[in-house]
Amino acid sequence: MSTLLGLSILELCYIAASITFIVGLKMLSSPDKARKGNLMAAYGMGIAIIATILFKEELSADKWLNYSLILAGLVVGTIIGTRMALKVKMTAMPQMVSFFNGMGGACAAVISLVEFDHLLHSGEVEMGMLIVIILGLIIGSVSFSGSIIAYGKLEGKIGDKALPAGQIINIILLVVMLALGVFIAIADTQQALYIYVLLGVSLLYGILFVMPIGGADMPVVISLLNSFTGMAAAFGGFLYGNQAMLTGGILVGSAGTILTVLMCTAMNRSLTNVIIGSFGGGGTTEEGREGLQGSIKEITATDAAILLAYAKKVSVVPGYGLAVAQAQHTVHNLEKLLDDKGVELNYAIHPVAGRMPGHMNVLLAEADVPYPKLQEMEDANDDMSSTDVVLVIGANDVVNPAAENDPSSPIYGMPIINVLDAKNVIVMKRSMGKGYAGIENELFFHDKNRMLFGDAKDSLEKLISEVKNL
Amino acid sequence: MESILSLFYENREFIFLIIVSIFLGIEVISNVPAVLHTPLMSGANAIHGVVIIGSIIIMLEASPDNYFALIMGFLAVVLGTLNVVGGFVVTNRMLEMFKKKDK
Repeated sequence: MSTLLGLSILELCYIAASITFIVGLKMLSSPDKARKGNLMAAYGMGIAIIATILFKEELSADKWLNYSLILAGLVVGTIIGTRMALKVKMTAMPQMVSFFNGMGGACAAVISLVEFDHLLHSGEVEMGMLIVIILGLIIGSVSFSGSIIAYGKLEGKIGDKALPAGQIINIILLVVMLALGVFIAIADTQQALYIYVLLGVSLLYGILFVMPIGGADMPVVISLLNSFTGMAAAFGGFLYGNQAMLTGGILVGSAGTILTVLMCTAMNRSLTNVIIGSFGGGGTTEEGREGLQGSIKEITATDAAILLAYAKKVSVVPGYGLAVAQAQHTVHNLEKLLDDKGVELNYAIHPVAGRMPGHMNVLLAEADVPYPKLQEMEDANDDMSSTDVVLVIGANDVVNPAAENDPSSPIYGMPIINVLDAKNVIVMKRSMGKGYAGIENELFFHDKNRMLFGDAKDSLEKLISEVKNL
Repeated sequence: MESILSLFYENREFIFLIIVSIFLGIEVISNVPAVLHTPLMSGANAIHGVVIIGSIIIMLEASPDNYFALIMGFLAVVLGTLNVVGGFVVTNRMLEMFKKKDK
């Protein structure tokens, strides 16, 4: 086969892949077409990979080792990746995404290392190339170590730790990292040592960058690191003059950035605030909290069932507690039961309920909850004054009135679901523990509120049998 | 100055492509409902796995006795594949739940 033909086919495949990425991403933003969009992008990726192997270089027998290693790598990665992705529980999705994102970042960093080594040996050091390699390495490794820390935090393996003067250390590291990058880019002679020092500093920066950020903000961080890896991939595209890598990477880089901003907007916070704010440290809990020592009123499952069964309109506010208890199917059963009794039940979904925007929707959809029953926060708040009972299941911070009336609260300014506008509130909770942001919730002490303690699934099952007995 | 200018001029087509792609990325997802934020992030995560092509190119260009490049390239292929395959499979699993089920 002539090289020109092969290379033309290759470029055509790259164009096709770029189109599938764009169209796939577009389809991912509408519920009906999302699945097709994902598959489409996956096919495009497959085509790009196969075409690269077949047409990038002329096939030659000398390189049998190279080809077998490529195939072995693909097979190993596919087996491990598929197994991990199929085994992971729905509640652990966010950290899985973070983990895979870290792998992409590591891949970009390794590419930069190899290409730097290549430059060292070829002797021709071109500044443009060097800049691209350095940027790919920095962004790729920050994304890798940051994603792994985010993964560990969401898995609960790593706690929130803030170094004393952590912000200053981070800024110093950032400056060192950039200065080192510039130094390597303009240095007259290159040494392998330079790039490994840069690698070390970048990895350390990634760790310290994510470490102090509270768990509640992790989705924003994952989304940000996601767009970082996109940029790292784009630098790789620049390096090889490869359009598929370039468009794919930039597309994710910019879409990821916008998604990050959308998530911040949903929490009414700025990105800088998320990164510097070190949310959820719990340091603000001591001050001015005396007013919260009101009395808590418990409710029995029987009373709660009566309240629900004779209501006209019920709203369920699901939170991470529901996800942990795997109670999405149980809540759907309760919904069907109440529906038979003529009770109108909707789900009020806070944009950051669970651990990631949209996470709750995924879980409820898994339990066959009809899509129209899921209300976004604004609509739910509009309906709240005509709602008889709000059932808060394992949610805390997203219904905390402190976000509206306590300027000293770390979640002040975050929009919440105004459950107190409804006539009655029942909070189902395991214990009086604090929410993920580590702050008290005055809702629990409010007159309208009743607490139903216990595991979300057990309590729901009790509610169901009580409602059946009525 | 000279080198920066020539860097710009030699890569002008790429720079053009980058800028257009940035706007395209913003435009493509600007109307996404909050429901789909997680699957979209996950799908985008899989797409940046396209970095795997770089690792394949390393492997193709490495001479068969350059063990550093071969080992690192192999590692990069594995990492990239994890990103691509894991990313698409996880996204598909999430989206399966949005599928309309026949009753």
